[in-house]
Amino acid sequence: MTAIMVAPSTGLNNNTVENDHLAALESEAVHIIREVAAEFDRPVLLFSGGKDSAVMLHLALRAFHPAPLPFPLLHVDTGHNFPEVIAYRDRLVADLGLRLHVAAVQDWIDDGRLVERPDGTRNPLQTVPLLDTITEHRFDAVFGGARRDEDRARAKERIVSLRDAFGGWDPRRQRPELWSLYNGRHTAGEHARVFPLSNWTELDIWHYIARRDVPIPGIYYAHQREVFARDGMWLTAGEWGGPRNGEQLITRSVRYRTVGDASCTGAVDSTAATIEEVLAEVTASRITERGATRADDRLSEAAMEDRKREGYF
Amino acid sequence: MAVSTAGPLATGPVSLLRLTTAGSVDDGKSTLVGRLLHDTQSILADQLAAVDRATRARGGDGEVPDLALLTDGLRAEREQGITIDVAYRYFATPTRKFVLADCPGHVQYTRNTVTGASTAELAVVLVDARNGLVEQTRRHLAVAAFLRVPHVVLAVNKMDLADFDEQVFRRIEADFAMAATSLGVPDVVSIPVCALHGDNVAARSRRTPWYSGPTLLEHLEAVPTGREAVAEPMRFPVQLVLRPRTAEHPDYRGLAGRVASGVLQVGDEVVALPSGVRSTVTGIDTPDGSVPAAAAGESVTVLLADEIDAGRGEVLAHPEQAPRVVTELGADLCWLADRPLLAGARVLVKHGTRTVRAIVTELTGRLDLHTLRHTDPPDTLELNEIGGARIRLAEPLAVDTYATDRHTGGFLVIDAANGNTLAAGLVAAP
Ligand SMILES: Nc1nc2c(ncn2[C@@H]2O[C@H](COP(=O)(O)OP(=O)(O)O)[C@@H](O)[C@H]2O)c(=O)[nH]1
Repeated sequence: MTAIMVAPSTGLNNNTVENDHLAALESEAVHIIREVAAEFDRPVLLFSGGKDSAVMLHLALRAFHPAPLPFPLLHVDTGHNFPEVIAYRDRLVADLGLRLHVAAVQDWIDDGRLVERPDGTRNPLQTVPLLDTITEHRFDAVFGGARRDEDRARAKERIVSLRDAFGGWDPRRQRPELWSLYNGRHTAGEHARVFPLSNWTELDIWHYIARRDVPIPGIYYAHQREVFARDGMWLTAGEWGGPRNGEQLITRSVRYRTVGDASCTGAVDSTAATIEEVLAEVTASRITERGATRADDRLSEAAMEDRKREGYF
Repeated sequence: MAVSTAGPLATGPVSLLRLTTAGSVDDGKSTLVGRLLHDTQSILADQLAAVDRATRARGGDGEVPDLALLTDGLRAEREQGITIDVAYRYFATPTRKFVLADCPGHVQYTRNTVTGASTAELAVVLVDARNGLVEQTRRHLAVAAFLRVPHVVLAVNKMDLADFDEQVFRRIEADFAMAATSLGVPDVVSIPVCALHGDNVAARSRRTPWYSGPTLLEHLEAVPTGREAVAEPMRFPVQLVLRPRTAEHPDYRGLAGRVASGVLQVGDEVVALPSGVRSTVTGIDTPDGSVPAAAAGESVTVLLADEIDAGRGEVLAHPEQAPRVVTELGADLCWLADRPLLAGARVLVKHGTRTVRAIVTELTGRLDLHTLRHTDPPDTLELNEIGGARIRLAEPLAVDTYATDRHTGGFLVIDAANGNTLAAGLVAAP
């Protein structure tokens, strides 16, 4: 987990027909990122420190190698962070000489532009700081790590998707996207959201992290942590509220499947400490979660994960 | 129903196939797509639970989940009960990952079918066994032919409602084969299916003992992928020039791009078009090191012997197999905008990595999707119509005929005022 560029163990460009789906997805993403860098004046890459944005950053670095990344990163910071994720982010930025903007939700709350929600969750509060920052820096292309397999509405999202001055998305007025010709023309005030990982699935992301040794925060791997139970999840202790009275702290071997707002992102019991073990675990859990012709009504972990994503960008 | 496929268990190399589906409303397309996702275990348990609940809420007995509900997206669609936009679905088997462009069936959404077919290597056309070929079937087949989708599958669905009768299947198969031949579709495979219960989708049906061909999924796994693009003449559209100017790489100058077709090798003599300057490839770089060659689809960085002025918008090609450099071209346009096209329209043409100003000087005919022949010159081209046009370009473009290269023969027509995509363009033979 030190350098970002790691020699692959497999010959990827082995001058034969492109016969591997990860190579195809990688080349497609690099092509998209280069198109946007060439056609837009002020791109920015959303970087949450999560695995999807880690992969997206890795692809962006590949797209311009050996030249430096020609655009900055933007972290919309809920303030409810895992310290490990912030440390990972800062180390990556320092090691690679990247430029990072941080839009802290706390700043918007402090000066009254946002009001804290009664439930304390800050995921839904990220939109305003995001749009304000896009406007302030006149960013005209915003790379996001969303995937089309995440939910049904996303399935229809374009790779290059235009937003009006209010950040609005009108699914009925999307431009058709033909061949691999991306039309990012926009008027002043509009910007494009760009999703280079559109055609990736969650498993592709994990396989790619393994293949390219993409550095991700350590909390994706199993570790000992003090947690408490709430709403059927293991939550970590923190200043943003928890544990509350009656909630008992215990130490368990856990890992995280997503790294979002720490006040509502749950850990799962796990002993998977390496990427191979995580891959095996993710693969196995997805198989058992799938396939059953009649699922019980209990909320699966995946559902929880998906539900939380709905609050995202 | 027993299913042998489990995408996540892949061990060997997994290839990628892009496909599209088309069918008229109620032929069972959503059900078929849902079935493919379900039988390849691409659906999370909680999604299935939601489908079960929704099936029962709609009065179903819950015995057979209404898999169509899985692929039901935007709210407007739910309200109208139809699929409006192209939606992308993902499923996988141990040997192949599939990216499926799920296209709506209504006549007025030809633009979606065209969009889905533009990147597809295979098209699944659905018909209802009780109805046989209908107007929409021919239209979908014609769009696949028009966009040169290399492989077409006819799925004769709802075989259960036709008593799994071989004669019914054979008659539709023959009708379809005739239509395909007349449209010049090279590779057609017909499969009798029942999407609702999964017969011949992922699992072989016991109710079609007379059918010995592959199941739909077997066929999807067996179709060759990517070959066609590699056999074509080499095209490398330059996306941007990488000049790090760092201490480590003070003089590095690489042309970043993705090989659109063919194979590029170190040592190749190349010409950059439209500028016409020549040089030799001295290196092909990836972040993992240099490679001797790059094939269609691969994103690489090309180093040339000379510091020629080949930036974004130029295409590298082998001089003996170079594309035509034109300032005027004939093309077929699939019109995608509400506002009709009139001769004299001033537009932008985006081709490869180059965008130029252009005027549509003449409408030369409207394409009859039954015959793929042009009619008399029309006054306008309306939404969803396909027609021939002549286009004058403000600056030269290096183009291939769409018929010879799907990857470099297509272009976008863009509204210069608001940036909207107006048409999909296919370069016609000179
Ligand atoms: N009997 C039978 N019904 C089917 C089959 N496939 C789909 N249907 C039904 O046909 C109707 C239309 O299917 P749907 O998938 O929504 O069609 P679409 O409009 O083409 O997407 C639904 O009521 C399905 O349950 C089949 O193989 N057999």
